[in-house]
Parts: sequence; C-alpha cells; structure tokens
Amino acid sequence: MKKEKSIPGPVQKAGTIPTRMGSWSTAKPVLKGKCTFCLFCWVFCPEGAIVQDEANRKVTFNFEDCKGCGICVRECPTKAIEMVEQQGDK
Amino acid sequence: MATEMSVRKYITANEAVAQAARLARVDVVAAYPITPQTSIVEKIAKYIADGEMDADYIKVESEHSALTACMGVRMAGARAFTSTSSQGLEYMHEMLAYAAGGRYPLVLVNVCRSVALPWSIWGDQQDAIQQRDTGWIQIFTETGQEALDMVLQAYRIAEDHRVLLPVMICLDSFIQSHTEELVQVPDQKTVDSFLPRYDPVVTLDVDNPYSISVGGFGKHYARWREEQQTAAEKAGEIILEVGDEFARIFGRHYGGLIEEYRCDGAEAVLVAMGAFTGTAREVVDEMRDEGKNVGLVKVRAFRPFPVEPLRKVISPVKAAAVLDRDCSWGYEGALATDMKAALYGLPNPPAILNFIGGLGGADVPPERMKYMLEKALAADRGTTPHLEFIDR
Repeated sequence: MKKEKSIPGPVQKAGTIPTRMGSWSTAKPVLKGKCTFCLFCWVFCPEGAIVQDEANRKVTFNFEDCKGCGICVRECPTKAIEMVEQQGDK
Repeated sequence: MATEMSVRKYITANEAVAQAARLARVDVVAAYPITPQTSIVEKIAKYIADGEMDADYIKVESEHSALTACMGVRMAGARAFTSTSSQGLEYMHEMLAYAAGGRYPLVLVNVCRSVALPWSIWGDQQDAIQQRDTGWIQIFTETGQEALDMVLQAYRIAEDHRVLLPVMICLDSFIQSHTEELVQVPDQKTVDSFLPRYDPVVTLDVDNPYSISVGGFGKHYARWREEQQTAAEKAGEIILEVGDEFARIFGRHYGGLIEEYRCDGAEAVLVAMGAFTGTAREVVDEMRDEGKNVGLVKVRAFRPFPVEPLRKVISPVKAAAVLDRDCSWGYEGALATDMKAALYGLPNPPAILNFIGGLGGADVPPERMKYMLEKALAADRGTTPHLEFIDR
C-alpha cells in the first residue's frame, strides 16, 4: 500500500495496511455455495481481503491480502466458502 | 499574565524548567515525581492550581504511563510536557523507543542522576546515556538559564515538520536542579512570537481517520527506520536554525551543537557535557593565564552527534581529555567512544584520553580538571587509549 509521502513515521490512512499478507497463505478461500450478500466474511476478515463484486454482489477475494486464515469459512452463515489447499507456488 | 514582563529571578534550574513549561503553553503535563526532578513538577502543579498556567495535570501511576499519556496528548494535537530522573527514565525506556519510532514530537526534561545499584540519588549522566539509542534528540545544558531556553527551543525543534522526533533536555542534578542562580524569565508575548501553537501533521480525527503507530514488517519497518535516521540527522541543522532565531529574539546564543571555549591555538582541550563545563571554563582561564594552551569543548547535542563540528575543533589539537559522567561497562565512557569514532579517517588523529568522573554525585574540583588537561598536554598524537577513573 502506498503511504502518503508527507506523513512521517508509522502512520497509515485508516483502512489501509502497510504489509500485504498474501505470501503467508497455504490455502485459499473459494466461494462454492450460495452467497446471500450478508458480508459477515467482510466484517470478520482481519486483512480486508474481501471485496464485493459490483456487478453480481457476490464476494470475491483479494489474494494479495488474503493470508489464508479461514475465518471467512467459519463465519459464513450459509457455509458457502471452502478452503482449498495450495501446493508449491501460488 | 498577558501583561507580564521579562524578569530576572534567583531560581533553581528546576524552577526555570517549570517556568519554561508554563511559557511554552503546554496543554497537558503527565509526570511522576522522583528526586531530583520533583520540584519541577511541584512548581508546575502549583502554577496550575494558582491559575497561572492553563493546563491539565495528569497524575499517573508510573513514568511508563507518564510518557504514554504524553503520546496520547500529541495524537490529539496538543502540547505535552513530562520530566523525570534516573530510575524513572529507566522505567520509561520502552515508551522512549516507542515515542521516537512513532515520531512523536515530545519534550522531556531529564534531571540526570545516577542509576542503581549502588543506590544513589546523586548526580551523574548514566541514566541519560543509557537511553542514547532510543532515538531521542539529547541536549545537555550547563545552567538554569540554558535549561529554560532549551526547553523553549526543544518544542520548536521537536515539532518542526522536518524533524518530528522527541527531544530530551538534560540537566545535572543538584549542581543545576537545586542550586539557585540568576535566570532571565522571558515574558509570555515574546515567547509566543518565538513558539507558535503546535501544528500537527496527523491527529486523531473521525472526519479524516488515520491509523497511528501501526506495525510494519520487513521493508516497511526498515523504510520507517531509515526515515527516522534521516530526521535525526536533519535535527542537527534545525537545532542550529532554532538556536539562531532564539538568539535574535532573546539575545542568548549557546553556540549550536557544541560550544568552543578558548580553543584557538589550543594544544589540548577538555571535552565535557553538562554542568561541569562551568567549572572547566574557570580551569581553562587559569591555565591560559599560566601560559598553557588549553581550551574547552562543551558538547551540547549528544544525539544527533556533532561529528563535523568536533572534527573541525579537535583535529588541530594534540590531545583531548574527555570527561564522562557515565560508563559503558566493559569498554569506556560513551562520549569518548563517540569522539574517537568522529575522528575516524583523520591522518594521525589527536590522542583521546578518557576520564570517568563525577559518578554518583562525586565532585570534580578544578584541580582534577587541571590534572586531566596536564595529562592531555603531555600526551602525543597516536598515544594508546587511556581510561582512568578519577573519583577515588
């Protein structure tokens, strides 16, 4: 995330993170079931990696930020998200 | 208060510092009392109780909390003040590093006192030296007047957008803190013209939200740290700039990062920080009267370290006697180490003789300073390192 040049020290515009966590993940969430657009996953995602598709309103995942923690899977009321193991380079 | 005049007062350096905090229009004071700092915060509490100072005083349960509270004040966009000594500064250690890394423009007055064990309430500079690498700008003062003037300047230095680092003003316990001397206390209007309200870059603001003091890994961490170093180096220039402007308004100038006293044509110099430099001036005068070519270099800014000014003044002399009121145990005095590093690369550099003295409140009388300078006069360039404890 680009930091505004004029602000010294460890300060970020609210809602942004300095380090992208994508490289941490060993598994990634995939939307397989029915998304009801409740956005529980968006609320609970610690990395802000969940994005709502403007066209069909379904959730998608930003894998530069997703660290593969699986919290979205646990929080989804319709169990629509599954974790898929990743092997080797993503 | 608005109509008050600049007055000459017979006060201790501690009271001078309290006056400076009042004149700096500090919004919040958060401090915990400790000898020999206590009378600073006592005076400030009295000014606030008497309505002479419009500030909130937060009574905290520890020095750690005191500095944390001050950081909160800065986040809110206001001006904070705190002060401590010795064990209190040690207890603050974690937050000292936090404040510097987080680029909080705080001002702290440390009344330098020895560190336990052995237990002692008396003076040396071990406490401040032990905080050297926390990232604070550290300035050592000689008199009550200099302490007052430097607190006012410290806010300008810290809050400068090219710096944004915390500043520690150090004064020596008892020699300064509890000894009365004539101090010119400036009037509020003149101070206001020198020190305007704090202009924060970022504050806690719901309409323009920032995450303040965030974490960072790897290259982000490194980049912020590198920026911190750049700012700390830049602070050297800003100290000069602010000192010059202060002199134009108030008529008192302290020479910048170091002060040279009778160094012209000197064969040997004494290098020291803090109140001992007052005695050293007398010693230099006496020895000059005896025809001995000696001078004094008073190091005012310990961080940022004044490498270039020191190289310039030290390189022509044969030897420098460096008086440390501290020790990096297992090596030598911290000032001596830095002095030697500053001379690195000079062909045939002057000898550096390190004397450790004034520990735990021990006096360093004129005879002993003379002894150090005589030893330096007798030394040649290229002399092997010399370390001597002089208090016993």
